[in-house]
Amino acid sequence: MKAHLSRRYLFSASHRLHSDAMSVDENRSTYGKCNNPYGHGHNYRLEVTVSGPVDASTGMVCNLVDLDGFVEREVLSRYDLENLNTLKEFAENVPTTENLCVEIFEILQRGFPHAHLEKVRLEETMMNSFEYAGSAEPRK
Amino acid sequence: MVYLTRKAEFSASHYYHNPVFSAEENRRIFGRCNNPNGHGHNYTLEVTVKGAVDARSGFVVDLKQLKEIMTREVLDAMDHRFLNKEVPEFLTQIPTTENIAIAVWQRLAPKLQKAQLHRVRVYETPDLFVDFYGEP
Repeated sequence: MKAHLSRRYLFSASHRLHSDAMSVDENRSTYGKCNNPYGHGHNYRLEVTVSGPVDASTGMVCNLVDLDGFVEREVLSRYDLENLNTLKEFAENVPTTENLCVEIFEILQRGFPHAHLEKVRLEETMMNSFEYAGSAEPRK
Repeated sequence: MVYLTRKAEFSASHYYHNPVFSAEENRRIFGRCNNPNGHGHNYTLEVTVKGAVDARSGFVVDLKQLKEIMTREVLDAMDHRFLNKEVPEFLTQIPTTENIAIAVWQRLAPKLQKAQLHRVRVYETPDLFVDFYGEP
């Protein structure tokens, strides 16, 4: 039988929202306080959902050791306590939480072989969150 | 169609072990969860049902009935129990969060009348949960 497994992680990072395609005034009006040139930080809550048949011999969709290990190695160690604007994926893309959510989905999609990736959900603060499920609609 | 979710909490102990595996394999696959004396969690259960809103009552489902069914079918069986030893499903299956979600679905689905079960979500901890939608 098919089940969905979700796991939550925490990382902290700083960013500045600024687009070179916009004028100074436009950046300020679009991004407001987030355009502060010195940047600011968040405690991001990451929620990864994978799915698959529940293995009859282990009772698991996938071993949490594999999922935790992959996320630690490929996502948390890349973003935790970093300035997102200094990373190559945000050299031309503004490090909004939308773009970060898509980026994390793609890291998992490319590299995690143990279960089907359903969705990445990213909370920037307790008040806002973003979900991305690739070409699919996020399941409720 | 309206979706309605009811939460409940239960506390239980479990351990992970497959008698088909060797002792060494069990330790390697299940790690500390293989401790035969068990360990415990405060589980949070979320049951989501869906249905049309009844024109007379304004309900998708009578919450009191849903609560009673959840208490009778799930909480009375699992709350403050050692799942491996006291819950029939887990005499033969490993009580992982995945299998708990499936067992809850199988206990509730035949008891619900007007509303249709949409999703069973079981939180083992606030940072780990499983959703089951009744899919084969």
